[in-house]
Amino acid sequence: MRPLLSISGLRVRLGGKAVLHGLDLSVEAGEFVGLIGPNGAGKSTLLRSALGLLPYSGTVLLDGADVAALPARGRAEKAAYLAQEREIAWAVPVETVVALGRAPHRRGFAAPGPRDDAIVEEAMRRMDVAAFRDRIATDLSGGEKARVLTARALAQDTPLLLADEPTAGLDPAHQIALMRVFRELAASGRGVVASLHDLGLAARWCSRLVLVAKGCVVAEGRPEEVLTPERLRDVYGVTAFFADAAGAPVILPLDIAGGQTD
Amino acid sequence: MSGTARYRLLIAALALAVLVLFLLSLTVGPAAIAFSDSIAALFQGEASEIGLIMREIRLPRALLGLMVGATLGLSGAVLQGYLRNPLAEPGLLGISAMASLGAVLAIYTGLAAAFMLALPVLALAGAVLAVVILQALAGARGNPLLMILAGIAVSSFAGAMTSLALNLSPNPFAALEIMFWMLGSLTDRSMTHVWLAAPFILVGWAMLAALGRALDALTLGPETAASMGVDMRRVQFLAVFGTAASVGAATAVTGAIGFVGLVVPHVLRPLVGGRPSRLLLASALGGACVVLTADVLVRLIAPSRDLKLGVLTAIVGAPFFLWLVYRTRRSLA
Repeated sequence: MRPLLSISGLRVRLGGKAVLHGLDLSVEAGEFVGLIGPNGAGKSTLLRSALGLLPYSGTVLLDGADVAALPARGRAEKAAYLAQEREIAWAVPVETVVALGRAPHRRGFAAPGPRDDAIVEEAMRRMDVAAFRDRIATDLSGGEKARVLTARALAQDTPLLLADEPTAGLDPAHQIALMRVFRELAASGRGVVASLHDLGLAARWCSRLVLVAKGCVVAEGRPEEVLTPERLRDVYGVTAFFADAAGAPVILPLDIAGGQTD
Repeated sequence: MSGTARYRLLIAALALAVLVLFLLSLTVGPAAIAFSDSIAALFQGEASEIGLIMREIRLPRALLGLMVGATLGLSGAVLQGYLRNPLAEPGLLGISAMASLGAVLAIYTGLAAAFMLALPVLALAGAVLAVVILQALAGARGNPLLMILAGIAVSSFAGAMTSLALNLSPNPFAALEIMFWMLGSLTDRSMTHVWLAAPFILVGWAMLAALGRALDALTLGPETAASMGVDMRRVQFLAVFGTAASVGAATAVTGAIGFVGLVVPHVLRPLVGGRPSRLLLASALGGACVVLTADVLVRLIAPSRDLKLGVLTAIVGAPFFLWLVYRTRRSLA
């Protein structure tokens, strides 16, 4: 089967500095890929260039089509993107923000149809924002705003979802609910790539982890293969507690790795 | 949906207000002509005195008020949506001032006399230049503070150059002319001005009106908008050249009228539920209302003094701008 996203030899320079050095990544339908790595590793840059939002060299194929040659509309039908910045410029109601996700699917001045309404409704239900659909989005708390914007991305209803730190600012229940939603999306034959800083969530919920450091993929595979004590020490500089609970790995970073490794 | 119903009601109310104000603009003036006589004279072919006043003086004035007001309201709404900045406005950002400079250069180099279209075209060129400078100075992200500072620089420069051009010209009315270009007025305009500006203004409107959906998506920032299928280069092209064509042509015939594009979208935004696409038509109608009202008031307050339209819009607009700056400061803190 054709991968939803296929990246090879991706190089990106930002402000004269090389951020990604020949990175390869492939995402199949049915996968929930966790993108992990320290601050400044290039995770956000990877997600943005995967959508052709940044100038890059190398090859990026979205569902087999070169992203650089895709028209904006065609790209929006293949992949949705949740930006790290939670930006909502104007005081619009929550439901209006979520419904923006349907824009790429509507032609000309067509009004939203019953199918659009149903998808918006489902996205709001999944992110637990339906209860405050009439509130002004800019008045919400950070976590609520994040959920509204995630619902917006879900409403785009694309085969592939790229989410940049989607759990940031969410309470534990909503973090887990979000992980479940992403897992459901993957189970229904879609692909999800989410950059995550919470290694515990990444280890328990992702089907595959990709560890990025200094603009290269350092390791990838099943969570328990990628998250080893040595890698956490080398890449993140931390020690961690490892265990197993209810059939999935548990990882809790404990402390900064001490001077004994230097 | 109640939001849609409310929006339609608002548009209907604004359209009605524009119609009423347009008729009022046709019937208020130094020549005391009864309402029914003036309207009747407008549609009669004969060259009566009333018909002449109506067709040659009041009709162009009312038409320009309508076109220029709608242009300022619409371009203000588009610039605010495009830059995601409630302080954006063609007047404050120096776009009108640069268009004035272009128009003044066209007139006082004799270019406009030799070639009629030189006037709107040079005004348009001035407006394009202003937007390009603004974007270069403030960066693609459109930092609000940098944008306003760049606008101040562009306005002052354009104002100074306009004054210089007028002072250097062998023109005994230079001081009066400077006033006209800085403050704007609809006085003594003819149908020639209407025909000269109308094509550019209409093309500009068409370009700006096409931006509605893209501006909605831009609410979530440029990258998210791009990921939602918005072609950002097309948006930039339409926003820049649509503003330049309509504001450039409007300024070429009426001078720079300030603050309308700032106040109107801001007042109407809550009434359309904050949606940039719905703000466009509402703001165009609202802008027409404001300029027509101001122009009628100018005639009523000081019929013999030639009070400039821009004075009136600034008296209302400048304090409003101060209040907006104050509010923006609070939200930044």
